[in-house]
Amino acid sequence: MEIENKKPSLTEEEKTLFEKLMPEDMNEISALGVQRRHFLKLITLTGGALFVFQMLDRHQIFAQSSVDPALNIVKAGSIENSVNVAFRVNGARKALEVDSRMTLLDALRERLELTGSKKGCDHGQCGACTVIVDGRRILSCLTLAATCEGKSVTTIEGLAKRGALHPVQAAFIKHDGFQCGYCTPGQICSAVALMTEAKNGEASYVTANVRAKATSLQLSDDEIRERMSGNICRCGAYPNIIAAIKEVHSGKDVVQTWQFTGENNQPTFTTGG
Amino acid sequence: MRPFKFSSTKDPNSAIKMLMDNTNAKFLAGGTNILDLMKEDVERPDELIDITSLHFTQIKTISEGTNKGGISIGGLSKNTDTANDPVIRRDFPLLTQAILAGASAQIRNMATNGGNLNQRTRCSYFYDTAMPCNKREPGTGCGAREGINRMHAIFGWTNNCVAVHPSDMCVALVALDAVVIVIGTDGKSRAIPFADYHRLPGDTPHKDNNLVPGELITSVEIPKNNFAGNSYYLKVRDRASYAFALVSVAAALEINGNQIKQVRIAMGGVAHKPWRAIEAEKFLLGKSASNENFKQAAEAEMQHAKPLEHNKFKVELGKRAIIRALTQAMNGGTNS
Repeated sequence: MEIENKKPSLTEEEKTLFEKLMPEDMNEISALGVQRRHFLKLITLTGGALFVFQMLDRHQIFAQSSVDPALNIVKAGSIENSVNVAFRVNGARKALEVDSRMTLLDALRERLELTGSKKGCDHGQCGACTVIVDGRRILSCLTLAATCEGKSVTTIEGLAKRGALHPVQAAFIKHDGFQCGYCTPGQICSAVALMTEAKNGEASYVTANVRAKATSLQLSDDEIRERMSGNICRCGAYPNIIAAIKEVHSGKDVVQTWQFTGENNQPTFTTGG
Repeated sequence: MRPFKFSSTKDPNSAIKMLMDNTNAKFLAGGTNILDLMKEDVERPDELIDITSLHFTQIKTISEGTNKGGISIGGLSKNTDTANDPVIRRDFPLLTQAILAGASAQIRNMATNGGNLNQRTRCSYFYDTAMPCNKREPGTGCGAREGINRMHAIFGWTNNCVAVHPSDMCVALVALDAVVIVIGTDGKSRAIPFADYHRLPGDTPHKDNNLVPGELITSVEIPKNNFAGNSYYLKVRDRASYAFALVSVAAALEINGNQIKQVRIAMGGVAHKPWRAIEAEKFLLGKSASNENFKQAAEAEMQHAKPLEHNKFKVELGKRAIIRALTQAMNGGTNS
């Protein structure tokens, strides 16, 4: 279908726009009006411009939430129901102005650029967001950033010291304690806290006798499974995770064993050892 | 999540005043349940009052009054600290076992005792805002009554609501005759026997408990008992850990010779409130601790069960769980 040529009846603003975007076509447009090819060209150019603006905009958002080195305060412009909160993350003091709804997980990931802690279910069912707050493992997805005033947060990024991996991190690598790796930061933070809990003699649901006083527990595989049950691994790397934790916990090399089970859970074949 | 104002205070009376000043405000303690419900748009407060700075975090032996020699646990003590308190582990191991049967280490580190009592049901129809639910929106009906009700109640339900209370800790507390201590708008304390704290659904399932507006849990008191050597918490669930109970049983015995001098049995996962198994207790009192008597006690309780379409299995499961929990309790209450 032919597009009917229009007489050049552009407004001043339209003229300026065409001049800016398509200066080489201006004479033609002035003489013959806007044609289909001009229109398509214009669409392409403005589309591209929008994309660039979007990128710029995004860049500005990142710039806005980046840390001011002088004050170490992260600002995010005007926020509804904003709360000012200051806490330590991996030893460094951070001061933030947050939306009251912002979870600790989102504050870490979106505002402090610590994306190691993962958002899995965001409902406290998977453990991927596990971090250590004041020495205790907690779920950062069910913790409001606003409630962290004065607290000390350790994330997966804060476990390695002076370039040396935390022993649990090293053991996860040695024992291949992951496949896709998404649950791993949570698994490792959880396991690190578990070591302290065992050292303090804390009980679990499978502890043989909760009435018995205990310190420096030596945890069985069943104990490790129970104590790590808040961290789900969809790849099913559990045997490797247990081996890694057991090795660090016991201080002895762990070799994985496996077996087929038949009727009545009787092993029919065993290997390893 | 909908926008809300974040408030906090260190003073209990001002916390209560803040709550009374705004009918859409809620207290925030551990947050493990309410934040989840707010993300799901089930709870819609326009203000959260952070009460974690209040001083109700002590765990101490009660030195006077009717519960002298018992233990008082702070409403804002963490589940983990309560479960691992040395006196509770030694003298109230049933409570330790029950707390440790619930949730995960991370959640127990966050969750408070008061919050554990006040957590909402995990009924999937309550959580799904596209479904009718008399608990969430009174008058809309019950999706679970004729729906998928495998996880639901077998005792005390009505056509208005067949949800169950999700707590493990509360099952032990009702078995141990605990008392909930609250303060109200007048600043005075009130003691609520644990069995009267939670409600059956009746025609007001939106009310989980008998708190009056403005009341705040300060502590839970457990009277002294002689159950420490013979108690056990058994939880049966779809996976070995980190799942809500299909059926759970708190069993506590005081045995003299072979005769049962005192007995407490309570069940979780079977009713809108932690279910005290009165019939089973009545049957066992004064009888000998034997497998045969445990069986008959379980029958006595479960004959009153009214299962729904998908949870008939809970009746037989409940019987077996009662027998096994009592047997474990009789044998010293350990896992070995």
